[in-house]
Amino acid sequence: MIGLTSVIEQLKLEAVSSLELVDRAVAGGYASDLLGCAMRGGKKDFLWVTLQSHLNVVAVASLLNLAGVIITEGNRPAPETIAQAEKEKVILLLTPHNTFFVVGQLTHLGINGE
Amino acid sequence: MNKDQEKDPLTPDRLKLFKADLHIHTVLSGCAEIEMIPSLILWQAEKKGLNLIAITDHNACHNAEAVVEAAVGTNIHVLPGMELQSKEEVHLLCLFDTVESCKEWQEKVFQKLPYLTNKEDLFGPQYVVNAAGEWLWTEERLLAQAADMTLEEIVDQVTSLGGMAIPAHVDRPSYSLLSNLGLIPPTLAVAALEVTPYFDPRKGFLEWPQLEEWCLIVNGDAHRLNEIQDRTLLKMSHPEIKEMILAFQGQGGRQVVVEWPEQ
Repeated sequence: MIGLTSVIEQLKLEAVSSLELVDRAVAGGYASDLLGCAMRGGKKDFLWVTLQSHLNVVAVASLLNLAGVIITEGNRPAPETIAQAEKEKVILLLTPHNTFFVVGQLTHLGINGE
Repeated sequence: MNKDQEKDPLTPDRLKLFKADLHIHTVLSGCAEIEMIPSLILWQAEKKGLNLIAITDHNACHNAEAVVEAAVGTNIHVLPGMELQSKEEVHLLCLFDTVESCKEWQEKVFQKLPYLTNKEDLFGPQYVVNAAGEWLWTEERLLAQAADMTLEEIVDQVTSLGGMAIPAHVDRPSYSLLSNLGLIPPTLAVAALEVTPYFDPRKGFLEWPQLEEWCLIVNGDAHRLNEIQDRTLLKMSHPEIKEMILAFQGQGGRQVVVEWPEQ
């Protein structure tokens, strides 16, 4: 199973918080911009790909104990969202690419959905 | 000045009842029926016993003034407003006391709304009418899309213009706070949430326990006349934003009573 740090490295993702990156296994992936759906579709240790950067993204990621959230299309969370992510120890990762592109790359790395 | 006038303005002697639907579209919304013109909206509102309505087209308020004008001399108070789509694709009612402040908000919104030309065969025509319901011009700019403003930016800015934001149809599976953002952000500075006429508290509170803590109101989100609702009653002194906020918060004897479906 691939680890989070190598996903970050290979996809050239920007880790947005000052959290120390602890490597953890990535068990799978999920993509949706509807947080209501993500609450049902995301699983523990999954990476969630979304273009939403709202504060609630942190709440959902924390609730599900996700490995991390990849925020696409250059969307940048507000400072209070980053602060909350640091508090909740949620890893937010940024990319200028769109969700389709990122999911393709994750699949190529062997990370699959359900 | 006598003693009565000096009392706490929060507890006036006379509170009145306002039966309200605060979410009504007009022919400016491409998806609304052609019957949604000022005179017919007011006729239906009167038939339903309403004395407070708000005009809320998608991201624009071009027809709000016409309905305000048409309501002069009737018992119905009309609030100008719009149903704004945020960056997160959440719909919010933005309501104002005056047409001027609503227009000021409109200008800010248009700066954040991508300029796309409407395709009438896909999205419907966007007609601007006068108080008599006569066609004036057709808005060519596509209105029903997301403005590049976050939920919180919208709430803050509407509030600072003296208006009020209310998340719309939160129980709907699309374009709603709960579907798009999963939960109600704990810091969201709004006084009430709108639910659809289909919301049943028995089921709704099980699915979204968070809603129990909120003041809920039912509006029709009417795109045709028979969708206008008469289930939200506000007890307050005047039909204005600050009074409505007090009613939503249950302060100074003001309150909101919603008629829920038969248990």
